[in-house]
Amino acid sequence: MSKRARTSHGRALAAHAILLIYTVIALFPVFVIVINSMKSRREIFRHPLSLPGPGSFDLVGFQTVLQQGNFPLYFWNSLVVTVVSLAFILLFGAMAAFALSEYRFRGNTLMGLYLALGIMIPIRLGTVAILKLMVAAGLTNTLFALILVYTAQGIPLAVFILSEFMKTVSDDLKNAGRIDGLSEYRIFFTLVLPLVRPAMATVAVFSMIPIWNDLWFPLILAPAESVKTVTLGAQMFLGQFVTNWNAVLASLTLAIVPVLVLYLVFSRQLIRGITSGAVK
Amino acid sequence: MAQDRKPVRWHVGVFLAPAVIVYTAIMIVPLFATLDLSLYEVRDKVAAFVGLGNFAKLFGDPNWSGQFWNALWNNTWFFVVNMAVQNPIGIGLAALLSSNRLRFAAAYRTAIFVPTILSFVIVGFVWKLILSPLWGIAPDLLKSVGLRHWFAPWLGDPHTALTTIALISVWQFIGIPMMLIYAALLSIPEEVIEAAEMDGITGMSQFWRIKLPLILPSIGIISILTFVGNFNAFDLIYVAQGALAGPDFSTDILGTFLYRTFFGFQLQLGDPNMGATIATVMFAIILVGVCVYLFGIQRRLRRYQF
Repeated sequence: MSKRARTSHGRALAAHAILLIYTVIALFPVFVIVINSMKSRREIFRHPLSLPGPGSFDLVGFQTVLQQGNFPLYFWNSLVVTVVSLAFILLFGAMAAFALSEYRFRGNTLMGLYLALGIMIPIRLGTVAILKLMVAAGLTNTLFALILVYTAQGIPLAVFILSEFMKTVSDDLKNAGRIDGLSEYRIFFTLVLPLVRPAMATVAVFSMIPIWNDLWFPLILAPAESVKTVTLGAQMFLGQFVTNWNAVLASLTLAIVPVLVLYLVFSRQLIRGITSGAVK
Repeated sequence: MAQDRKPVRWHVGVFLAPAVIVYTAIMIVPLFATLDLSLYEVRDKVAAFVGLGNFAKLFGDPNWSGQFWNALWNNTWFFVVNMAVQNPIGIGLAALLSSNRLRFAAAYRTAIFVPTILSFVIVGFVWKLILSPLWGIAPDLLKSVGLRHWFAPWLGDPHTALTTIALISVWQFIGIPMMLIYAALLSIPEEVIEAAEMDGITGMSQFWRIKLPLILPSIGIISILTFVGNFNAFDLIYVAQGALAGPDFSTDILGTFLYRTFFGFQLQLGDPNMGATIATVMFAIILVGVCVYLFGIQRRLRRYQF
């Protein structure tokens, strides 16, 4: 018995050791960038792994970034694109999911399959024609072009996840609403939507990361300075200042920190979303 | 449903319309328009139908085929490395995380998922800096374990650059297989595990003989996600190695090749029709992968589900 307890103890210790090593591998690069962004140029090269101290602390990188880059504008653009796209994805996705899960009509299954197609086929493959379309519509270099693309990209997964959840909303509740004379729209907005809020949050977190991080569509549809997103802006800035290590490290830190904070706030939602089997 | 002659239910259409219209107009129509564009060629500013001529050019014309086969081969290797390194490590980490009463499991999980939320721009640059021979973090680290002589400018050497990039991609996305497999392991019913323990199957053999067969459907999902993601990749290589996918095109994959062809780069002029042709080939590759998964793998796995 005691031998068995000891081996299970040893096994737990080994598990911790492996997980700890991998945690270091996952976090080390981020850590190195953040600590060095706050050091003087000489210290960055002489002692790259030491923490910023009294002799080495220097914020010159951040000063350069704030003077030379347009980062507040880029952040604003990214925020607008991400928030508006998410609002459309959630609203349109939930409406379509409700139609598919609530009503029986001819072509229901086919419509579901049609919308699900976009989960597996990346929208990027249509880029050549999307650019033509945006040029024809006069939407190049507008945030609206990005919003449209990300909405189209996000809808399939949103419909898929939300319709699974809407099937679980009790029929009695909806029928009670109907007997009370509520219209189908009121039933959707006042009875069903509040009940699927957790699923909406999951969809929001899942859709948010690829939109915020995308480089391809901003590069192709909206490369102008006034509509640059933070991902594209950081990429351009890094390309120009490639030899100014302070500025590069500082801009990387500025790009990492907001995402990291958001992630830590939403990580429980994200992990619960994945582990509850929302994505299968 | 007793009443068959219901009035037209307009609300069904109203609920469906916004999603279907945006999705169709911005995704489906351009996708097919792109497939269509691949059948034309612009001569003297007029589009002329050339049938499969562009594909013949892409596969056989010496001006194109060298770059194309190089990109396809590199893309395949990129996928093989991701598949062979990312998914086994992800499964291993998930197995450790899900083991009984492990403390700090939530903290490990959160930390290991961090790279996945970072943008490619950050990931590409961070690794470029760390692996840079100028800065010396990588050489110093290797020196501290007595392996200084192992260091080489991996991203700058055509023989190692692609594998290095693929491993960076593994580092970035390991959180996805880890999370999905972790979820699958948690959903295995308690009774199954207890029954195995009654029969004396514990630890490693329990994982190999009981749990692994049960999570095969999830392994199928992470495989197809890796496949689609890899054959659609672009950002990481663009950020770390530039649009020319250097050194000497050794990290060029279909995504970067598509970008250069479509937009042109330096001396080469952009060619939307050839761009569409490459996009069509990528579409075909992804479609074949998805079909193999849906009809070949997923169907066969279904019998393991509860």
